[in-house]
Amino acid sequence: MRISLFSFALILSSVFSAVLTMPTTSRAFEVEENRYFGPKDSDALKILSTTDTDLLAPLIGSFLALNPGVAIDYTSVSSAELMKAVMLEGAEFDLALSSAMDLQVKLANDGYTLAHYSDLIDLVPTWGTWRNHVFAFSQEPASIVISPAAFAGLELPRSRQELISLLRKHPDRFRGRIGTYDVRNSGLGYLFATQDARTSESYWRLMEIMGGLKIRLFCCSGDMIENVARGDIAVAYNVLGSYARARKDLASRITIVEPEDYTNMMLRTAVVLRTAKHPKLAGAFIDHLLRAAWDTPDVPEYPFHRYPISDEAQNAPFRPIQMGPGLLVFLDHLKRKRFLAEWHSTVQQN
Amino acid sequence: MNEPLQTSGSLRRRLMLQLVGSAAFLATLLFFVVLGFARDVAQQTHDSILLASATSIMDSVSVQADEITVDIPYAALSMLGNVSNDRVFYRVSTRDDVLTGYENLPTTSQSVRSGHSAFDTLTYKGDSIRMVTSLRRLSLNGAPADIIISVAQTREGQAAQLAQLSRSAMQLGLGFFLVATILAIWAAQSSIRPLKQLTEAVSRRGPKDLRPVQRPVPSEMIPLVSSLNRFIGRLRVSLTRSEDFIAEAAHRVRTPLATVRTQAEITLRRVDRAENRASLREMIRAIDESSRAAGQLLDHAMVTFRIDSLERKAIDLTELGRELVDRLQPIAELKDIDLHFFGSGNPKITGDAILIQNAVRNILDNAIKYSPNESAIQVSTRQNGNTARIQVEDEAGGFVGMDTDALTQRFTRGENAAGTIGSGLGLTIAREVVEAHGGVLIIETSKTGTGACVSLCFPLH
Repeated sequence: MRISLFSFALILSSVFSAVLTMPTTSRAFEVEENRYFGPKDSDALKILSTTDTDLLAPLIGSFLALNPGVAIDYTSVSSAELMKAVMLEGAEFDLALSSAMDLQVKLANDGYTLAHYSDLIDLVPTWGTWRNHVFAFSQEPASIVISPAAFAGLELPRSRQELISLLRKHPDRFRGRIGTYDVRNSGLGYLFATQDARTSESYWRLMEIMGGLKIRLFCCSGDMIENVARGDIAVAYNVLGSYARARKDLASRITIVEPEDYTNMMLRTAVVLRTAKHPKLAGAFIDHLLRAAWDTPDVPEYPFHRYPISDEAQNAPFRPIQMGPGLLVFLDHLKRKRFLAEWHSTVQQN
Repeated sequence: MNEPLQTSGSLRRRLMLQLVGSAAFLATLLFFVVLGFARDVAQQTHDSILLASATSIMDSVSVQADEITVDIPYAALSMLGNVSNDRVFYRVSTRDDVLTGYENLPTTSQSVRSGHSAFDTLTYKGDSIRMVTSLRRLSLNGAPADIIISVAQTREGQAAQLAQLSRSAMQLGLGFFLVATILAIWAAQSSIRPLKQLTEAVSRRGPKDLRPVQRPVPSEMIPLVSSLNRFIGRLRVSLTRSEDFIAEAAHRVRTPLATVRTQAEITLRRVDRAENRASLREMIRAIDESSRAAGQLLDHAMVTFRIDSLERKAIDLTELGRELVDRLQPIAELKDIDLHFFGSGNPKITGDAILIQNAVRNILDNAIKYSPNESAIQVSTRQNGNTARIQVEDEAGGFVGMDTDALTQRFTRGENAAGTIGSGLGLTIAREVVEAHGGVLIIETSKTGTGACVSLCFPLH
């Protein structure tokens, strides 16, 4: 899980206050991995991404096969580092791929991105693009991951309400065995939490109960999935479903629940950066991603589950998180401070 | 008479150009008014959403533990996203500090009072933005503190909307112009129509028609038409007077001429000297000529008079022809001319028998006069489809190589007329009579080629 192991809050507040201050000259943002694809001698398309290199490598491969002579320089970072690199350091990349859609929207809103126009955009549902700057290329649900062993004898919950009543009925069984993101440190956890809080009051009730049951906080989805698989915790709330699905090795020990009341869908998005040296090639790569994500037939190298596209997204349980200036609201540092304070007081009840 | 009149431009074209010009002016005006109106409405709509956003942020401002805090509602910014895909910027500040948002967002140049708002169009990061600035005074630690909230949005959506609106306004203006142009053409045509109709009515008139214009005309044309009528009246009076004068003169001359001729003939019998007899004969010939001219002038005056109020009665052309031939037989016999009549059928026409008789007699007179001795003249009638025809065929040499149209003009005589008594009015009279009856006069060379064949064709009864 790449989204923000690092001090997210610190960076965000610095993003707001420090745009005026000069960018540091050195490559100060932390790189997790850098991999080069394609011929060495060519001028490579530089991608800054929060997505694991291994996950996207097949798609990169098919892109290179279609565009001979092109090389890709793929740098994976956390979403907070991506923001730091682009907004504070002006690092020169062509393309930014990120799961932090709020941050991507902020990049586009604040003028760090270029527009991209192509016929393929018609394939993307209207909620999957913003301003022709931000393009979604995956839908990944905020799921509940359950250990079937821990639920032996109980009916598995299908919605938050059912989970709440289960937790109420069997407090001893779940005490200390519930996990969720530490939203103070995880960008994605914060995004899911704020969207939950915006969508339904039941989120706060759930947090209240979970807090009462000594909820354990995690940095990332991967940790939660492994803890559930080991049986250390029984329920993990707001886990990135795509990562849970990807753990085929743990499939027998975990159950993924996409809540029927509503399931927030995180959209992994791509933007062409204003510093792009190859904006056309970057656009072509975006088109490649969009084709894989939205076009028929399915391509085998696409690493994410394809959920049905429904234009009545509001009525279906799957609710893609709405891109637009609304996402900027929770990035406001005062808003964030308040939210975190409230969240903390709800979750940490000792 | 027929030289082209000078024009001072076309009335219709001028009217049309003026109407089309004003339509173009109005259409342009309409375009700008609609565009301006649409721009205002679009701006107001945008402004009111910005204000709603700023207001909802303002409502979330509170003082907690002696500190100003803002809890921006999700809807405050998402509502802006619902209107257009434009970028959104905001700032919450006091007089001294920026509490949150975009620090370097420009500030309004207007002074805003508490509880009020100001709108500005500014440039931020190279883009045009519309910004609302709201101010509210709070009490902080017992001292007043101003909270200033600015919400701004780029104007691409508005620009796109305006482009769309101006296209619509353009289409509206163009449509208006087209409709107005069509109406202008129609209006120009219809206001010119009475003038055209009057022109047609006047030019359709026959050469002798000097009646005043009676048809109703638009009031603007009344002065013109009454002037025209007065003019026609004067013309008619003056024409009548001159015709009267000629008839009177001819009449007065004819009687004394007859006396003079009688006296000359009596004298001729008494005189024996050859040269005296020759000059007397010359005198008699001149008297004959004058007398005949006077007769024809009288005929012509009579014809003109009768044509003015044409009598319409059924006439049998064959009967008329035969009677005439019988009457002129003695004159023809003087020259040993074989004058005979051939009538086929009884073609009936309507008209004035006296006039038609006069016309045929003039033709026949001419034929007898110009025919050599011992030649033949044939008068025949015949019915041909819708036409009744009476025709006089002689052996007098005809009008070979002459302008037969000019022959029917007043006082024009054929080339072979020299040495023969005549005034040149005979064919003129015949033609005027035939045309007054709606017929035609045809002058041809006869079938034998030795003379002329003059036909008077009338429409059948």
